[in-house]
Amino acid sequence: MVNPTKHVGQPMKRVEDPRLIKGIATYVDDLRLPGMLHAAFLRSPHAHARIRRIETGAAKAMPGVVGVFTGADVNDQCGVVPCAAAIPDLKAPKHTVLAGERAYFAGHPVAVVVAQNAYVARDAADAIDVDYEPLPVVTDPERAIAGGSPLTHPELGTNVAYVHSVSSGDIDEAFRGADRVVRQRMVHQRLTPMPIEPRGCVASYHPGDQTLTLWSSTQVPHLVRTLLPGMISVPENKLRVVAPEVGGGFGAKLNVYAEEALCAHLAMRLGAPVKWIESRRENAAATIHGRDQIGEYEVAVTRDGRVLGIKARSVADLGSYLQLLTPAIPTLTGLVLTGCYKIPAITMEIVGVYTNKMATDAYRGAGRPEATYLIERLMNLIADDLKLDPIEIRLKNFPQPDEFPFHTATDLQYDSGNYQAALKEAQRLADWPALVRQRDDARAAGRLFGIGVSTYVEICGMGPSKAMPAGGWEWGCVRIEISGKVTVITGVSPHGQGEETSFAQIVADRLGVPIGDVVVLHGDTNIAHYGRDTYGSRGLVVGGPAIVMCIDKIIAKASALAAHLLSVSVDDVEFRDGRFVEKKKPDNSVDWARLAGEAYIAKNLPPAFEPGLEASSFYEPENFTYPFGTHIVAVEVDRETGDVKIVKYVAVDDCGVQINPLLVEGQVQGGIAHSIGQALFERTVYDENGQLLTGEFMDYPLARAHDIPDYVMGSTVTPSPGNPLGAKGVGEAGTIGATPAIANAVMDALGPLGIRHLELPLTPERIWRAIGQHAGVAAG
Amino acid sequence: MTQTIRVRINGTAREHAVEPRLLLVHYLREVCGLTGTHIGCETSICGACTVLVDGKAVKSCTMLAVQADGSDVTTIEGLARNGSLHPVQEGFWECHGLQCGYCTPGMIMAGVEILQRHARPTREQIAEGLKGNLCRCTGYVHIIDAIERAAGARRAERGVGGDLKW
Amino acid sequence: MIPATFSYARPTTIDEAIALLTKHGSGAKVLAGGHSLLPAMKLRLAQPEVLIDIGRIAGLNTIAERDGRVVIGTMATHAEIESSALVARACPLLGQVAARIGDAQVRNRGTIGGSLVHADPGADFPAAILALDAELRLASPRGSRSVKAAAFFEAMMQTVVQPDELLFEITVPKTATSAAYVKSEQKASGFAICGVAAIVDAQAKTVAVGVTGVASKPYRATAVEAALRGRALTPDAVAAAAALAANGVEPLGDIHASPEYRAHLAAVNTKRAILKAVAQG
Ligand SMILES: Cc1cc2nc3c(=O)[nH]c(=O)nc-3n(C[C@H](O)[C@H](O)[C@H](O)COP(=O)(O)OP(=O)(O)OC[C@H]3O[C@@H](n4cnc5c(N)ncnc54)[C@H](O)[C@@H]3O)c2cc1C
Ligand code: FES
Repeated sequence: MVNPTKHVGQPMKRVEDPRLIKGIATYVDDLRLPGMLHAAFLRSPHAHARIRRIETGAAKAMPGVVGVFTGADVNDQCGVVPCAAAIPDLKAPKHTVLAGERAYFAGHPVAVVVAQNAYVARDAADAIDVDYEPLPVVTDPERAIAGGSPLTHPELGTNVAYVHSVSSGDIDEAFRGADRVVRQRMVHQRLTPMPIEPRGCVASYHPGDQTLTLWSSTQVPHLVRTLLPGMISVPENKLRVVAPEVGGGFGAKLNVYAEEALCAHLAMRLGAPVKWIESRRENAAATIHGRDQIGEYEVAVTRDGRVLGIKARSVADLGSYLQLLTPAIPTLTGLVLTGCYKIPAITMEIVGVYTNKMATDAYRGAGRPEATYLIERLMNLIADDLKLDPIEIRLKNFPQPDEFPFHTATDLQYDSGNYQAALKEAQRLADWPALVRQRDDARAAGRLFGIGVSTYVEICGMGPSKAMPAGGWEWGCVRIEISGKVTVITGVSPHGQGEETSFAQIVADRLGVPIGDVVVLHGDTNIAHYGRDTYGSRGLVVGGPAIVMCIDKIIAKASALAAHLLSVSVDDVEFRDGRFVEKKKPDNSVDWARLAGEAYIAKNLPPAFEPGLEASSFYEPENFTYPFGTHIVAVEVDRETGDVKIVKYVAVDDCGVQINPLLVEGQVQGGIAHSIGQALFERTVYDENGQLLTGEFMDYPLARAHDIPDYVMGSTVTPSPGNPLGAKGVGEAGTIGATPAIANAVMDALGPLGIRHLELPLTPERIWRAIGQHAGVAAG
Repeated sequence: MTQTIRVRINGTAREHAVEPRLLLVHYLREVCGLTGTHIGCETSICGACTVLVDGKAVKSCTMLAVQADGSDVTTIEGLARNGSLHPVQEGFWECHGLQCGYCTPGMIMAGVEILQRHARPTREQIAEGLKGNLCRCTGYVHIIDAIERAAGARRAERGVGGDLKW
Repeated sequence: MIPATFSYARPTTIDEAIALLTKHGSGAKVLAGGHSLLPAMKLRLAQPEVLIDIGRIAGLNTIAERDGRVVIGTMATHAEIESSALVARACPLLGQVAARIGDAQVRNRGTIGGSLVHADPGADFPAAILALDAELRLASPRGSRSVKAAAFFEAMMQTVVQPDELLFEITVPKTATSAAYVKSEQKASGFAICGVAAIVDAQAKTVAVGVTGVASKPYRATAVEAALRGRALTPDAVAAAAALAANGVEPLGDIHASPEYRAHLAAVNTKRAILKAVAQG
């Protein structure tokens, strides 16, 4: 018997914080190696251009410059940037580490300088002269697939990368039986993830033992270790990848990038460590973007608001080449398009398109925010068209709590859920009748006040290996050291999520040891030998059970040793509060320190007992987890300027069992901040020449402190039955649930003016224009 | 061509010959080895590089090291005194005011200045005081909690945080 | 992130600064707070050969009263102006405007003189100094001259200041408390896409309106002022006059705000600023 709730479930402050708040943590830019050189990239200013000639002589001659390399120097020695997504009939360009004959997006690396310090490297990059011949540029994905468009990659003969279809149920029957079909075109704008720490890496080669160490600001050191050997000539078992302190990722660092391979290659080639730190401008231009889908959506509904089927056709702008998961992200949208509703039939066709822009890939939520936005907007449009209450429509289409596990038309098995309870709790916290009254009074006074609801479900805990490109299991190891201290090693790679704390909570409770005795290690492939890293809200949900499995193994092993030391049979030993106790004679007991001592000194072990107290495990999830929730937002729109003010925000999230509610709250609040940005002001803009107009924080707004409303936060707890911790994951919930709630609120505020739908972001100007068009108010 | 500068950093007098173009943030990080001050942008927006120069919060990426000649600079490393955390640091720890930690040193330094300006700041004053600091992880609520807590204000009743000591 | 090389000088007197400017010609740039110049240098959009740091010239940041006017040294920071008791008493508009600039760190370093000479079309101070009829005092090898705010701004990021000239102080008349600044921000940078500074005199007889962010250079909304001269400042009258706020200017357009929206904001913010000023009077 242990006390499983002594730490688990408590809002504990984090063990990782002291080093961070004192400024003594080590991010990749903080590394200093003897003889370290510095790389700087020269990038194409053109979205599409033939590279006629690159003149590097002047740069090479500058004092302090060690080398200048172009595609001609390195592309035949480094493999192409890998894409792990398996999509049938995918047409893919070969994306070399530096541009070859053509540069095909603004920011495409064309040459790299290595110098004795970063200042000189930057100076030398300016001294490289490139002769570009501009080529026709493709920026609009819809025009890219209409006839007569120039081609992003002439050698592919088309701008279409793939066409992916999802189809289930009898869609024709659904539309035949419909009383009404609700239609809407919707644009899901391109976004830039913008972690505050840009990317960066340090590569160091040891010629003696022929090992390469790559420190990289990455979410996925293990994936990098798996994939980098395909790009540089170092075998996997001579490669060590370390994710030091990582300053945020949000999917932008769930990737293997050309710069990582190049720095590794150059470190070997030059025989010195090479560091590269991305600038913000590079980060905006040449680190993955997210979202960017445009589509036409049709829903078949009955008069009373039951949804019979959805037809969707969307165009996904992949940008100019494929990063790790680029083509897979839009397909996730198709998977969860039915949201938290019983919708018997669906067809979705997704056309992945190449344009002369940076590649899109997984940005927080990856495919699910798109789906949730679409279905949640559609539910409101249905309510508008049928003159029904948006809440009533939702309740009508939810599966009942006793229908779980719930099988969706897209073949997902929602593990557990009670969507009604979360909605009800959110309404309670919002003081729904009073909020509705407030809206009605405001409207009566001529103000634009709106309430928006979104009920969401998402896919977390990625994932069952059969459904993942490269295995979805997680690995862990727990070791009781000879001193009785506990070392935990996880294959996930936290960078802000706080698993050094939440895993310690789990381990301390289950082993009955002081939490201060537990240390959690991660992010170094020489320490955490296996892992599948951190993304898709998987750290706790998939990484945690691997640790639990180790603990179970250790307790079983220790029981045998305890029985031997207590001179009783194993069946007579009980594990209780960190001690192994003889059931009938509780004062006959041993603790971990004694057991660990014996296990390692190994002079008094039972027969055939392996020395040591350590276990490692691979946990293979049998299913994804499906957290859900309801967000309710009230906004007021300034009729004259179009400004939106959030006046109330209620978030009820159900992420199953909460190991640390303080961390859960932080994850949700952080996610909502991304959503406020997406709903109201964030968008990545390229002009018609493929120039990025949002290449700095000066032009790409992130939410700031004063943009954040006071939240009312609540939760329901529906444990995941398939997960040993009952946990579901919470890393992306805020970005998934919040955007449609805000959008629905703004549209509710504008509804009385006859405005049906506006695209994101709902900027003041967009709203002002719509108000002007609908109220006949002249501009200006 | 270099220029000799004398700067007091976290109470220690330093003297270096530096290139005029050396940014204060690079001086702190590369010359003095104080890497707690971070860099998150080049347009002076993100605030990750915030330090105190003669007691005032400044973005050290937007000041030349030569401009700091003769000044007193406090960085995140110099905030804790005699081994005990500054109240703003405490607040960030207690209230889960950080996740990845990258914006945190700048946030904390901005928070210190907010408390110099307002002994008992409102949440709006704190938010306004943080306008020059971007965080992409926390959504700011816990950061505002942290600074409010440091001000000695009663902890906002959010049912979290507790008084659990590690 | 890394500026190109330059050489650096740090004069201690205005004369010394002017001698340096004269010596180095157009390759030299004055460095004040650095909060426009250094970001441009870090992106290598600006690559001056010589920087003349005027941050150590004694007395350049003084805020004082002289001959019935408020005199503000060019190196007075936005924060110093925001928190000056004299400014709050004798010319509150300037303090209000200073408080809306950028963020706390920017206000701690950025200077009024740097902002005015830089003449960013989205800068806040120009709206105020136009509405205030400020005088800007410039020193050069030819002596010193005084320029009225209305004559100071020539075009986008261009003023009458010559390469060998130094702005050393700004003087404004003492004004009533009935003044207000209403700003719509560019969401990412915080600069104004439309900032309107309005001053209503004590008898509510004359209204002065300065507009920034809307056009390539800041301007006085003279049509609005004329329409309201001698009129009772009722909400309807103000709204009708404010509709003229972008008359005769060619509004800027970019991804953050189209010309039409800027023109519209000019009208809305002008109305709001005047009514707010009246309410404060
Ligand atoms: C993140 C950020 C946000 C900002 N937001 C705003 C905002 O919302 N509103 C706003 O108005 N401004 C904003 N600014 C600009 C800020 O106010 C600057 O401080 C100001 O524009 C320039 O003043 P400075 O003292 O920093 O000048 P510097 O950058 O030092 O100089 C600017 C230019 O003026 C010249 N110069 C400076 N002083 C003199 C002088 N006395 N005589 C002759 N020439 C001189 C310089 O040579 C240079 O060309 C922002 C800046 C940043 C970095
Ligand atoms: S690094 Fe200084 S503001 Fe971003």
